[in-house]
Amino acid sequence: MPLPAELKPLPEKSFDEDAARHLLARAGFGGTPEQVRALAGLGLPKAVDALVDYEARAYADPDTEDFDADILKPLTDEERQTLVRARRSDDQETLQRFERERNRRQAADRDQMREMQKWWLRRMIQSPRPLEEKMTLFWHGHFANGYRTVEESWNMYRQNQLFRRLATGNFAQLVRQVIRDPAMIKYLDNDENRKGRPNENLARELMELFTLGEGRGYTETDIKEGARALTGLTFADNEPRFDAAQHDDGTKTILGYTGAFDADGFVNLILARKECPQFICEKLYRFLVNDAPGSPSKEQQAFIAALARLFVQRKGELKPVLRAMFASEHFHHPANRGAIIKSPIQLVVQAVRQFHVPVRELSVLNSAAELMGQELFHPPNVKGWDGGRTWINTSTLFTRQNLLVYMLTGRTPRTREWEASTDGFDATHLVEAVRPASGTVDLASGVAWLMRCSLPVPAETARTAAVVQSLQSRGMRMDNTGIIEALCLITAMPEYQLC
Amino acid sequence: MAEPIAHSRRVFIRNGVALASLAGTIPAFIQDSAFGLVAQAAGNPGGAGIPGERILVVVQLGGGNDGLNTVVPYGSGDYFNARPTIGIRAPGGQATGQAGVALELDRTLGIGLHPSLRGMKELLDDGQLAVLQGVGYPNPNRSHFTSMDIWHTAQPGGRGDGWIGRYFDNTCNGTPLPEGAISLGRTAPLAMLGKVQKPVSFESADLFRWTGEDVDRGMEATYQAINRAGVLPETPERSQAAFLMRTALDAQVSSDRIRAAVDRRPMTQWPNSDLARQLRMVAAMIRDGMKTRVYYATLSGFDTHAGQLGTHARILQQVGDAMLAFQNELKAQGDQDRVLTLVFSEFGRRVQQNASGGTDHGTAAPSFVIGSRVRPGVHGNHPSLTDLDNGDLKFTQDFRGVYAALLEDWMKAPADKVLGGKFAKARIVKA
Repeated sequence: MPLPAELKPLPEKSFDEDAARHLLARAGFGGTPEQVRALAGLGLPKAVDALVDYEARAYADPDTEDFDADILKPLTDEERQTLVRARRSDDQETLQRFERERNRRQAADRDQMREMQKWWLRRMIQSPRPLEEKMTLFWHGHFANGYRTVEESWNMYRQNQLFRRLATGNFAQLVRQVIRDPAMIKYLDNDENRKGRPNENLARELMELFTLGEGRGYTETDIKEGARALTGLTFADNEPRFDAAQHDDGTKTILGYTGAFDADGFVNLILARKECPQFICEKLYRFLVNDAPGSPSKEQQAFIAALARLFVQRKGELKPVLRAMFASEHFHHPANRGAIIKSPIQLVVQAVRQFHVPVRELSVLNSAAELMGQELFHPPNVKGWDGGRTWINTSTLFTRQNLLVYMLTGRTPRTREWEASTDGFDATHLVEAVRPASGTVDLASGVAWLMRCSLPVPAETARTAAVVQSLQSRGMRMDNTGIIEALCLITAMPEYQLC
Repeated sequence: MAEPIAHSRRVFIRNGVALASLAGTIPAFIQDSAFGLVAQAAGNPGGAGIPGERILVVVQLGGGNDGLNTVVPYGSGDYFNARPTIGIRAPGGQATGQAGVALELDRTLGIGLHPSLRGMKELLDDGQLAVLQGVGYPNPNRSHFTSMDIWHTAQPGGRGDGWIGRYFDNTCNGTPLPEGAISLGRTAPLAMLGKVQKPVSFESADLFRWTGEDVDRGMEATYQAINRAGVLPETPERSQAAFLMRTALDAQVSSDRIRAAVDRRPMTQWPNSDLARQLRMVAAMIRDGMKTRVYYATLSGFDTHAGQLGTHARILQQVGDAMLAFQNELKAQGDQDRVLTLVFSEFGRRVQQNASGGTDHGTAAPSFVIGSRVRPGVHGNHPSLTDLDNGDLKFTQDFRGVYAALLEDWMKAPADKVLGGKFAKARIVKA
């Protein structure tokens, strides 16, 4: 079957459980066999709608009310005066008191950042609206800002909520809000971008990384002129602010147009370029369909171009694009099954959602994700995570396998004392679908089923045989322990890293 | 050189894989060693000291090491004025309070070493220690994170890839050198992360393996068979799955090798400390003949804001003793001419001690470069203790000039390209 080069939908009858499993893994973080079966039962159009039109399902935000916006509040006028006086008189005691207080607040803010990491991971694990979280993660890697530079947890949190609010909304609207977002302004120095003293950082990345792609259809002059249009966008006390006095309202020539463009005028010029929909759809494709290295094939290019046309037609609305993508024969084609290497976050969240293992410690899961190269709110740089094969090396592969051992058994990867408890993980639900009337699942069909539920591509027969043989030779059965051991082996297969 | 091949055969034979069908399943670096063997037989130089065999070790002192109490300017009255209770006395002098008496480093310059750095002193007397004065960078940043990122990336903003990662990216033709870079620690330091090259990192070699076998040893054989199978027959060679299968095989062979290497008994006496444990592993891997070019070790605990005398003395002793043991081990192994070690911290501390008997975040500070091939002694001038920038020392040696020397004179790599600019090289390496 050739890879379709257009947005032709998958024939409804082809939407079986394997297709539903694929859809749920990509448009979310996977699910249990039961959830997969239910999704398949809806039929393709309804299944896609259920994932894309997630607003229909309510989800109460866990724990956000505990977050404090004022941990790093700026000094009051009175405090500032005290500090100035202390500096002048070299009053070491007061200076040190201020420094200690600042250190204390910064430590508290770092703690809050860790709480926010847990909060987001919990959302990804729990939310009945997985696409919302998945796309929030996409935008976090796209408009990649890191806490180390932003240095204020509240602004990272607010930005995260912005990504979530517009996760599948309108791209133009998202860009307009992102360039006003305090974390972004701080990260790319736009608070230093002033009339007569432009700072080009945001203008450059806006075109290079956020909308058009490196070197695609713009020049260094467009960056310089665009920077002038962005002057005056700053923030104060965690709120976006427009400083009219610092805004350069003179005439600029950007991307071939001349006028007194302001920030939104600049954004409109960028978004009107044909490179923009192409760039965004390419990036969505790599995140959701196939992230194999190398340039896209002719069929892939044509498919991406079709997505880009839809993006233009629907004026940057993302839902129609996602809907068409998820329903397409191209998306479901065997060549695109297992064609993505799970990000560390995908690995962690999918393991909980597909096996229903206990969450155990959120902080352990977060630090494991960090070990594997993806710490939430800390992308390595403004380009975000490179993803794909860069996730994998010999160290991260062991960490990935060992993390799964921890999640399945409760044995922490960093200690030697393994307690022989499965810590409340009841794995038997995973084989219910193949349980015969007699009540006992035989090894061969149990293992084959677990492989099918766990791996995105059909396993080669040697793999299944190896797991069956391992259990059989040790007299094990498809009871809780047997299922967990089978899963330890299955999740240690190289193919398990695929999504 | 012959060992890895014999070893890998044993692995394959144990798992019943026919040797004839190995082509697709040989991990990249086994092939490398095979080619290396051929090249050596053909008369290529393979002895110690040639650039291809040279190794760089980086020891990071995290938290901001107090440079003024590490390399002590005892000849300056300003030093004692700024540090009335924690100032370390001149060699031969009388210790007042608990600060102790410095070890002589350079009498003419009036500088000494912290009394706990007896290991460093021994290395100095043996011609293996270079002390680089006033290492820093313009517009110093006093945040631990940012300053560390600046050191790691060698970029003013502290953003981008790591400098060692870029070294590999610039010299390895687009394919990572397997085990080219190894860091001993939980996470890979930014310095080691390139676009192409990523380090192998582990805290202890015992965790660089599958822990599922601790759950039930009975699973081990099957796990090994699965992960050593290489690319399965029905899997397309260029697919993501094939890539993962190859990496899984690499990981197993790497794990065997690293664990076998560090399990060997050291040849000399080692102190019992965190840094010594890391450097002992490094020495063992070097002895094993691994192709690793850069090792990275980390010790933290240098953020001495209060009551620093005791803490600082203990941690510096750890550094000095571990470095001495490392050099002794390398000597016993016959590897001393192949290895150079850089010891650095993200910043020094303020000149003026604070009211809590400690010191706050500062700027420039000394770095050490250690090895038989360094030009020993003191390099560069100590920054002035009176001409200060907001109470802090002005740097006299840009750290990127130190990197440039290590890259160009030691690793024979294009420093300008790796660092993205030209920096005045410190003359550290013996010609």
